[in-house]
Amino acid sequence: MAPRAVRVGSARFRMDDLLQTTINGIASGSIYALGAIGLSLVYAILKLVNFAHGDFMTLGGYVAFAVNVSLGMPLVVAIAAAVVAVAVLGLVTEELIWRPMRKRGAGLMQMLLLSIGLAFVLRNLILLTWTGESRKLNVDDTASYGIGIGRVSLLQILVIGIAAAALVGVGLLLTRTYVGKSMRALSDSFDLAEVSGIDTKRVVTYTWILGGGLAGLAGVLAAVFTTLTPNMGWTLLLGIFAAIILGGIGNPFGALVGGLALGLVQEWSTNFVEPTYKEAIGFAVLILALLFRPNGLLGHATRTG
Amino acid sequence: MSADEPTSPDEAPVDTPITEAAVDDQVTTADVAETVVSDDLDVVQPVLRAEHLVGGYVPEVDILRGCDLTAADGEIVVVVGPNGAGKSTLIKAIFGLITPREGRVYLRDADITGTPANRINGLGMSYVPQVNNVFPSLTIHENLQMGAAKRRKGMDARIEEMYELFPRLRERRRNRAEGLSGGERQMLAVARALMPQPSVLLLDEPSAGLAPKAVAEVFETVKRVNDSGVTIVMIEQNARAALAIANRGYVLEGGQNRFTGRGVDLLNDPHVAELYLGGAAD
Repeated sequence: MAPRAVRVGSARFRMDDLLQTTINGIASGSIYALGAIGLSLVYAILKLVNFAHGDFMTLGGYVAFAVNVSLGMPLVVAIAAAVVAVAVLGLVTEELIWRPMRKRGAGLMQMLLLSIGLAFVLRNLILLTWTGESRKLNVDDTASYGIGIGRVSLLQILVIGIAAAALVGVGLLLTRTYVGKSMRALSDSFDLAEVSGIDTKRVVTYTWILGGGLAGLAGVLAAVFTTLTPNMGWTLLLGIFAAIILGGIGNPFGALVGGLALGLVQEWSTNFVEPTYKEAIGFAVLILALLFRPNGLLGHATRTG
Repeated sequence: MSADEPTSPDEAPVDTPITEAAVDDQVTTADVAETVVSDDLDVVQPVLRAEHLVGGYVPEVDILRGCDLTAADGEIVVVVGPNGAGKSTLIKAIFGLITPREGRVYLRDADITGTPANRINGLGMSYVPQVNNVFPSLTIHENLQMGAAKRRKGMDARIEEMYELFPRLRERRRNRAEGLSGGERQMLAVARALMPQPSVLLLDEPSAGLAPKAVAEVFETVKRVNDSGVTIVMIEQNARAALAIANRGYVLEGGQNRFTGRGVDLLNDPHVAELYLGGAAD
């Protein structure tokens, strides 16, 4: 379908805008969700708040840039490369940093500081390799299609389509496969998983691969959607934390729902207030939601005993 | 650190008139004599044997100070004793959750001392912790699947057997475990632990914090599981009810064995009743 101009009559104005902002919201919400699932799983299983997760995403974006723009390969190849690269990064950090530190009995605070340190190291390596100049992936950002009363850009279709496929895949992994169920079991209780005979080391390894891969994917999609700078992931991280808290800490499905909800609320708010306020609106909604559901949207009543 | 030292030595039951007072000659740190209240308790072929366990959670503080435990095939073994006697520590040392400083643990003929818990699980012994013993956000069915880590081949058939044993779990198989009542939760925890078909099941206070009706259910469950051929080693606060179904009982105090005997014999022993069961039986 060729792009065409849409004339908006005053009667249809609200519907159009609602549809448009919904599409935008799903797109940005998907990116939050993809980033949030990995971060939430790692936190739930290892009690590690990985501040480097945002920079994992940034790295995914730059790997895609290297493959897509520098090497001139198709976007699909670039996405695959980014997912693999960041999954490997997750695995390597587990082997070289997190597992040895856990063995030495590092506490919550040490691990937190380490992750912040790792975040800075990654960001500066990115800065060193690709400079601070903003980059764009080689995608057509002008193509768009009219769908009834709204318009959807090629980029939005791409982002939503890929994210939806990935999120469905993760959902199936977590509910249908043994390793996925084990991840949820470890999130519930690491100690019980251990005494039940679950190979916790193996599950943790897979969790880093999954979390890293999803972060890589989220990074590429964020780069497709906006522009790529070394601070991209760090900026997104705040929203991702909000998505996790909104959905219910430690619950991967909560992270998904929280991410989408946050994206939608932020975009919908632009119908009523200046777009510059959308971040603030997102957090206002987070606070409101937590007032009524302190454990998050999908959170459960406090567990005791 | 002296405040953490277990019971003082002068509480030893020196004047116990019970038959065959025996001091285990292996116990070097002993300052309390063990009293055996039943004859013919010897086991030719024990399925589980813990010998002279010494140790605790940190190197400086020994909670166990020479503990012994034997379980014969098909028995219900009950460990009772006051708070801080080292009951939970004993079961954790047996299951490899803490490594004893001294002493050995044998499962059949294999020395499993210091073997990590998640490997012991595959060797024919399972453990049900006192709290947090189910995965709350997983369904009942998924909880059972998580118990089958080591043998996933016959998993579905084994889950079916568990549903036969606990029909109530089958009714609620799609429900999350967090919605279960206290008694049902213990049932699920036991069923999960039975998934790898263990020959020995370790239970840490299965009736703790349950309503009286649920307590009765738990003891019923324990008996049923035992009838299916599984040896049970169980810690209990609810000493009377537990000893009533025990083939063998141990009274622990200060990390050492104080009384050993058949469940009924311990229940009927005036000293055990006086010291640990809150007065003579009815």
